[in-house]
Amino acid sequence: MSAGLKFVQGNEACVEAALYAGLQFYAGYPITPSSEIAEHLAVRLPRVGGTFLQLEDEIASICAIIGASLTGCKVMTATSGPGFSLMQEGLGYAIMAEIPCVIVNVMRGGPSTGLPTCPSQGDICQARWGAHGDHAIIALTASTLQDVFEITVHAFNTAETYRTPVILLLDEVVGHMREKLVVPEAGAIATVDRLKTSLKLGMDYHPYLPREDGRLPMSDFGGQHRYNVTGLFHDMWGFPTQEPSMVHGLLRHLVDKIANNADSICRYKEYYLEDAHIVLISYGGSARSALHVVENRRVRGERLGLLELQTIWPFPYSVVESKCANARYIVVVEMNMGQVTRAVKRAVAHPDRVVLANRIDGVFITPTDIRNILRLIQGKGV
Amino acid sequence: MPFKDYLRKRFFPHIWCPGCGHGIVLGCLLRAIEQLAIGKNDVVMVSGIGCSSRICGYVDFHTLHTLHGRALAFATGVKMSVPRLNVIVPMGDGDALAIGGNHFIHAARRNIAMTAIVMNNRTYGMTGGQYSPLSCHGDFATNAPYGNIDHDFDVVELARAAGATFVARSTTFHARQTTEIIRKAIAHPGFAVVEVLSQCPTYYGRKNKQGGAAEMMEWYRDNTTPVGSKAKQQNPTLIERGIFVQDAGKPEYCCEYKKLVERARRGAS
Ligand SMILES: Cc1ncc(C[n+]2csc(CCOP(=O)(O)OP(=O)(O)O)c2C)c(N)n1
Ligand code: SF4
Repeated sequence: MSAGLKFVQGNEACVEAALYAGLQFYAGYPITPSSEIAEHLAVRLPRVGGTFLQLEDEIASICAIIGASLTGCKVMTATSGPGFSLMQEGLGYAIMAEIPCVIVNVMRGGPSTGLPTCPSQGDICQARWGAHGDHAIIALTASTLQDVFEITVHAFNTAETYRTPVILLLDEVVGHMREKLVVPEAGAIATVDRLKTSLKLGMDYHPYLPREDGRLPMSDFGGQHRYNVTGLFHDMWGFPTQEPSMVHGLLRHLVDKIANNADSICRYKEYYLEDAHIVLISYGGSARSALHVVENRRVRGERLGLLELQTIWPFPYSVVESKCANARYIVVVEMNMGQVTRAVKRAVAHPDRVVLANRIDGVFITPTDIRNILRLIQGKGV
Repeated sequence: MPFKDYLRKRFFPHIWCPGCGHGIVLGCLLRAIEQLAIGKNDVVMVSGIGCSSRICGYVDFHTLHTLHGRALAFATGVKMSVPRLNVIVPMGDGDALAIGGNHFIHAARRNIAMTAIVMNNRTYGMTGGQYSPLSCHGDFATNAPYGNIDHDFDVVELARAAGATFVARSTTFHARQTTEIIRKAIAHPGFAVVEVLSQCPTYYGRKNKQGGAAEMMEWYRDNTTPVGSKAKQQNPTLIERGIFVQDAGKPEYCCEYKKLVERARRGAS
């Protein structure tokens, strides 16, 4: 798609951004509300010489993109809750073997097959802890199509920088919504290329030996350096080990590379927070309703503000803490039973001031739903 | 290159029990690659999880040791990205046909050029000898103390029906034939399946009173027969070995994808 003003759907904005970021390989399995991502990529990827595959299930899809990523491609898959559940095994592998990839989950209501094509934000905690074992994870989200574009590019950049899977949590409203999108000129948003080893043929390449800055240069699988990749704990050559100090060191590395860089990974937006007495915290589609309420109340002189999270994991504890330092109330607006609320309570000085404004019935949360909670807080009754 | 040069010697000793058939399969595989004179950098070996899958660690190729049952899915990503590579996927019978059964039939259906080697010991070796989808009706296993009531797959028939364009079976007793079959399988321009009956004396042999490795291999000698032989007609319980399917005519997946890209580009311009 050429640069310039477009009127497109959220899923399409994600596709355009992925291609902008350099996507070369996609494998997936159909599921609403994510299917348009596959449909658009089936058209677009072959035209740029990339690979589009529909495989037998989501397990195969995530495994195939991991294999392709190893050969040097930028890769992605897209799904929704049931498929995301199936992908947890592959997600853990990509974490352990440090393979860059982007996994889009356009959330619907769950558990199980749940509410196909109804809005929900119920997979926030699954994104954090769906894969077994201690690990760190990066999960991003967005509320407008312009942000979907930028955050998708950020997802690819982050995956490359930290050699890790990145989860993009969209929701049905954002995925299916149509609004304007300005596709930037090539180069206007920086894209991060794969960091490749400069070691020549015949030199001893260690796939899991970090450089001084902690980054691990890769060598295209099937290229001039032969090495082993495994989901077992491994040494710097990629060979299985159970040696306690190496196990400890690798697990710390996997967690620290993300925890120590939380500030650069973290993205958020803020509206009227400077003097806000009531701080709304929201993300994704819900943040649109939250912003509507804040702007309306500001007109009436009420001191409301909004903190819109774009990085959900690693959770921006210090940002939340400082932005809420002077708040009398903090209202978390989300379409689940309080998955981000729990993290917010851990972040702020007065967890008792944190209130949840939510909907869990498959209906998009509206400004009225949020206003009802505000009336309760303000002692006005509903 | 002498086949020993294909080994990562510093990772020996291997984990396999004395008498395990998997080492023989490794030997056959390396001899086949040696005969084809394929360079180490041109081979990618992708495996899952199991005793058989550990084969990956011992060979000096590009090696990807993945998840239980998922090797063919990872391999599909590698092969589609770099079709020039020779992709070889050694799998256990549980790996390939229980947890990985879906990936197996779909890889066969697509006819993507890679070599799937099913090292069939009719049990789950790595987890302690439980029954697998290749354990026979009535077999004993560590968790089938009263006899297995499941029926086994016939790997050859399954692969053929799923669309594999090269299908063969051999045993560790018939090591020369195994080498020759694997060589043809690697050279085949489509999805190739080679089932190798490979003894697990530690569990399958012990639980089914088949004796040690030597006796189990003698059983392969005495209970198999070349495909299409008269012996099979006289004794239908014999297991046939040899090449069952060899069809280079069916379009291969990577080649078809390449054509699709050309069509898409023509349409776009
Ligand atoms: C998802 C998952 N389930 C179960 C296991 C445990 N597991 C490891 S190897 C194995 C079976 C191995 O049997 P087979 O594939 O026949 O290979 P063999 O060890 O006999 O060579 C199982 C069940 C696992 N690693 N992952
Ligand atoms: S348990 Fe069986 S399959 Fe595993 S190494 Fe021992 S003999 Fe081989």
